[in-house]
Amino acid sequence: MPTSRITARFDKVRAEGRAALVSYIMAGDPDLETSYKALCALRDNGADIIELGAPFTDPMADGPAIQRAGQRSLKAGTKLTDVLALAKRFREDDKDTPLILMGYANPVFHLGYGAFADAAADAGIDGTILVDLPPEEDHELREAYARHEISVIRLATPTTTDKRIAKVAEGASGFLYYVAVAGVTGSGSADPEDIREGVERARRVSGLPVCVGFGVRTGEQAAAMAAIADGVVVGSAFVDHVRTSLEAGTPDEIPSKIGALAAELSGALADTRRN
Amino acid sequence: MNKPNTWAQWPDEKGRFGEFGGRYVAETLMPLVLELEDEYRAAKKDPAFLSQIDDLWRNYVGRPSPLYHAERMSEHFGGPKIYFKRDELNHTGAHKINNCLGQVLLAMRMGKKRIIAETGAGQHGVATATVCARFGLKCVVFMGATDVERQKPNVFRMKMLGAEIVPVSSGTGTLKDAMNEALRDWVTNVHDTFYVIGTAAGPHPYPELVRDFQSVIGQEAKSQMMEREGRLPDAVMACIGGGSNAIGLFHPFIEDEGVRLIGVEASGHGIETGQHAAALNGGKPGILHGNKTYLLQTDDGQIIDAHSISAGLDYPGIGPEHAFLRDTGRAEYLTCTDKEALEGFQLCTRLEGIIPALEPAHAIARLGDVCETMDKDQILIMNLCGRGDKDIFSVAEHLGMEI
Repeated sequence: MPTSRITARFDKVRAEGRAALVSYIMAGDPDLETSYKALCALRDNGADIIELGAPFTDPMADGPAIQRAGQRSLKAGTKLTDVLALAKRFREDDKDTPLILMGYANPVFHLGYGAFADAAADAGIDGTILVDLPPEEDHELREAYARHEISVIRLATPTTTDKRIAKVAEGASGFLYYVAVAGVTGSGSADPEDIREGVERARRVSGLPVCVGFGVRTGEQAAAMAAIADGVVVGSAFVDHVRTSLEAGTPDEIPSKIGALAAELSGALADTRRN
Repeated sequence: MNKPNTWAQWPDEKGRFGEFGGRYVAETLMPLVLELEDEYRAAKKDPAFLSQIDDLWRNYVGRPSPLYHAERMSEHFGGPKIYFKRDELNHTGAHKINNCLGQVLLAMRMGKKRIIAETGAGQHGVATATVCARFGLKCVVFMGATDVERQKPNVFRMKMLGAEIVPVSSGTGTLKDAMNEALRDWVTNVHDTFYVIGTAAGPHPYPELVRDFQSVIGQEAKSQMMEREGRLPDAVMACIGGGSNAIGLFHPFIEDEGVRLIGVEASGHGIETGQHAAALNGGKPGILHGNKTYLLQTDDGQIIDAHSISAGLDYPGIGPEHAFLRDTGRAEYLTCTDKEALEGFQLCTRLEGIIPALEPAHAIARLGDVCETMDKDQILIMNLCGRGDKDIFSVAEHLGMEI
């Protein structure tokens, strides 16, 4: 297999001696045009990898911020195929930034794993995180992905035991997403020291870069997490900018607000050069 | 789908009933779900556990529930002999407590001190709060804000029993939203919390263990029938929301292929209106709340809110074993509208002097059609899974009567 965009990006980030900034936004929140501008703003302000949320009516693993973002997106009529079309539009003039689709299993299952894999590959999607599709249940999806260069990104958590991490690592590719706190997205933050061991074990067993997310909102928190992780994921803080801009009646400011936060976070991560 | 070797062999080691079921949960919950499975396997073989639950069923719940010959109902329809399995006489007024007791005893074996549950009509919440009071455990019940409003008596009962009620206003504030919120709580408090799921759905092993705990209904019915009539019934029938009372009645008869298994789903305002809760008759296979099963969903795989006059049936999914029994043709699934259920409610009350819950009123309302397909010398058992005290306010409102 040729080097994937994800691997290439981690090689670059590692060469620069820092951790990657992995940013999340919900596609179609509040509309697809704004999402496109937000994607560009993220890329232009130092986001190394972008997770693109696909909305679902029943987001069991998400806190209020991402729940509401999904509801706004669904209200605007966003479908899974729209999320893929948005990715494809972004990919037209960006050949390097890895795009990860993040969501829940049912819309993908409903479209059909094979049809989804083909469409996602065509759209330039590099990997997916389907929260409610654990290793025990993603076999069919991985078979569909095998024909393309799409990674199944798996989750590891503080509840993942020594024995279980091997199961999580088997068949995983791209990177591992380490959920820092037992909880939903946007909930309380973890002390990097408390999860250092779990992150190191995940990296050792999988041989993959490990990105840490859940509860990281500021440059300071991101920098602290960068000490133990290969990448830091920030989601709810970006999504909150959509909400506050909408509430202030200034939806036009969403891309610039998101860009400013990406700049702050990537600046903080650049200062963590370990070499 | 091919016929399995035995109907009772399911689920398989992956927690599947044919293609349905499974363990579709976030990674944070996986270790706990696997641990629960191990614990359940051990408990099933532990005589102390089995005798404790048996004692509680007998002396706390009031089991076995009677098998009652509904004479006037039988005469009314002029078809087979109709028996009611009287699970509405259980402590707390429904079949729900059969399962709650089993799960709370499992929770205590696992050293969990905090119990959470979701509830729709409030029957499962009341049953869980009751068992938690009995064992001195902290109990938090998630309930859709809409349901909190339409099931006030049960909300009050739960509060009196010491449970904390969390009204859930996300989504449409009904059962599925309460279940989402319960799952979010569980993910957050996974170290000390046990989730008592109220129906035979959710990630493996829940559909299996809820079915097993509810199978006391069918086991009793079977031996009572042998005692009374010296033979098996020709049909057993129950209403279906998630399907726990139905699977509890069906399962002990599942290998007896001469016994028809008949479930009745809530079709609300009618399947054609889109406002219903009939996942098997009006849904498609999908993945939600830990299992693959039939779901009400859009062309884009988004979940559609269910509608039923009965809060206990108001759920867009169905237990995975029912999905399997439907696709294999082992069980039949009929539907009943809100309006028909209200008629069934009144009919049973007038003819038998039993005020049923709106949930079994759905099965009662289909008795006439089922009886037409049966002979006079045949026998049918219907599970009267809950009593109607909780529903009198909403029934009065629908009938335009003042209380």
